[in-house]
Amino acid sequence: MGEHLDKEHYDLVCKALGPKMQFVQGDVAYAYGALLAGCTYFAGYPITPATETAEALARYLPQIGGTCIQMEDEIASLSAIIGASWTGTKAMTATSGPGFSLMMENLGYAVMSETPCVIVDVQRSGPSTGQPTESSQGDIMQARWGTHGDHEIIALAPSNVQECMDLTIDCFNLAERYRNPVILLTDGDVGHMRERLVIPDREDYEVEFRVPPPEDKEAYVPFEGDENKIPRVANFGLGYHTYVTGLTHDVTGLPATDDADKHTQLVTRLVEKITDKREEIVRVEVEKQEGARIGIISYGITARPAMGAVRILRERGVPVNFMRLISIWPFANRQVAEFAAGLDHILVPEMNLGQVVHPVREAVEGQCPVSCLPKIGGVMHNPQEVSEAVEKIPKGTKGATGGKKGGKKGMKKGGGR
Amino acid sequence: MRLRFCGFGGQGIVLAGYITGNAAVTDGKNAIQNQSYGSESRGGQCKSDVIVQEGDIYELELDEIDVLVAMSQTAHDMYIDQLEPNGMVIIDSDLVEPREEQSNLHAVPFTDIAYQAFNRKIMGNMVMLGYLVVVSEVVSEASMRSTIASNVPKGTEEMNTKAYEKGLELGRERK
Repeated sequence: MGEHLDKEHYDLVCKALGPKMQFVQGDVAYAYGALLAGCTYFAGYPITPATETAEALARYLPQIGGTCIQMEDEIASLSAIIGASWTGTKAMTATSGPGFSLMMENLGYAVMSETPCVIVDVQRSGPSTGQPTESSQGDIMQARWGTHGDHEIIALAPSNVQECMDLTIDCFNLAERYRNPVILLTDGDVGHMRERLVIPDREDYEVEFRVPPPEDKEAYVPFEGDENKIPRVANFGLGYHTYVTGLTHDVTGLPATDDADKHTQLVTRLVEKITDKREEIVRVEVEKQEGARIGIISYGITARPAMGAVRILRERGVPVNFMRLISIWPFANRQVAEFAAGLDHILVPEMNLGQVVHPVREAVEGQCPVSCLPKIGGVMHNPQEVSEAVEKIPKGTKGATGGKKGGKKGMKKGGGR
Repeated sequence: MRLRFCGFGGQGIVLAGYITGNAAVTDGKNAIQNQSYGSESRGGQCKSDVIVQEGDIYELELDEIDVLVAMSQTAHDMYIDQLEPNGMVIIDSDLVEPREEQSNLHAVPFTDIAYQAFNRKIMGNMVMLGYLVVVSEVVSEASMRSTIASNVPKGTEEMNTKAYEKGLELGRERK
């Protein structure tokens, strides 16, 4: 698909989706986002709480000339979208924990082969099949490190239904721009919740496409990074010779598995094409209050009760700073470090026993204690319990809680690990 | 306003919640709607929660209920303790026995009224929605009407709208 098809595609999608303002589930909103971003191929396997995404795309994709296919499992689903992507098609799959686990091998393949694709992970309570109908934020670290080997991943986390659509569009743009798999790290609560959603006008959002190969086929070196370390690989079917493999390869794409230099060059480039652009990718929202000594960092659905807690505390005369991570990976190291400056303590509410708290602590580098406010079992935090947890944080200066030592103390206090 | 619709799967409980939330956003308010998931919403116990607010919604799960709409005894008994003091209870009086001395009680035989008027028990939820709009003022009558018309199966819009209007009448009589 090229940009010239863009408006035509948008009009077709809007015709299929109906009214501009709707009251829909997050799961349906991911599907809308995909369609608006130009996705014409979905492969998936039904799984609670992500099935509604597949249902929506099964309804809409045929209407716009796209393809929706139910595969035999999640391994095949990701394989299928990787294949589709290599034909130049924008492709997506959607799943939840057990299916996401199955996708780990192919996630690595997509990273290594630099295949733009989008994976929606509607997180549910695990491990294993866990609590199928209950929500969680337990796949944060799996998204980052679930596939083996050094690599970078991009993951975004929506907090409301509108963002479920908007961030899915962003996932496609990031996938195309960086030639990397991008994960929408969402959850069963926002996935099944209905809220207002407004479909944007075409001029109100960006649609990006992967960089085309050089016209001169003789000069074509498929896996040579450009000035942004991103290769100008040709889609299949354009008449270029491209060899795609998950093995370590040189710039020609051919295997070079026993060459330390070539492996180092390749994997370093795969990592740096993302980390060099960390500032472009990272997205956070910060709300500061005069005199705040405590900070809350949260993300996804949990950011909402956390924001509610900030308001409760403000009414009680307790100023609190708040940061919402919209992007989870690559991590907002600089932003979190700056947020920590001058604070006595940072609390990280999340629907797990402590995952994002770890990169937060790493980014804070001992400026203040960081503790997790964990919650599992499929129940969301409520604003009161977050505000109570803030009020229980020992008062005083960083010195009084002992800096890094206090960090450990703070961890216990918050109940996290 | 925090509302819980509950009853048996098949009574149109989820649809009632969906339509109420949808009407609220049509009014320009914020709303979220959640519902029972899986087999229970298709025959067993079923509930649908709606929160309607002017501002942003931060509390996403209902611990306390302002309006409980119960269309079955089991559902009523399961959730009545979550009702706020002097919260509103709306029951189908043929199907639910309320608590003794229940305050702010609205007992109306919605299902039977629907059956008598339209020969269709399934219209009971629409009669209930009309009644609810008047007594709770959760959404505007116009938004509820238009949302009903655009969210019921094609060909049934007229009957559903009439059932809704029947509910409006009943509500006005009560008020």
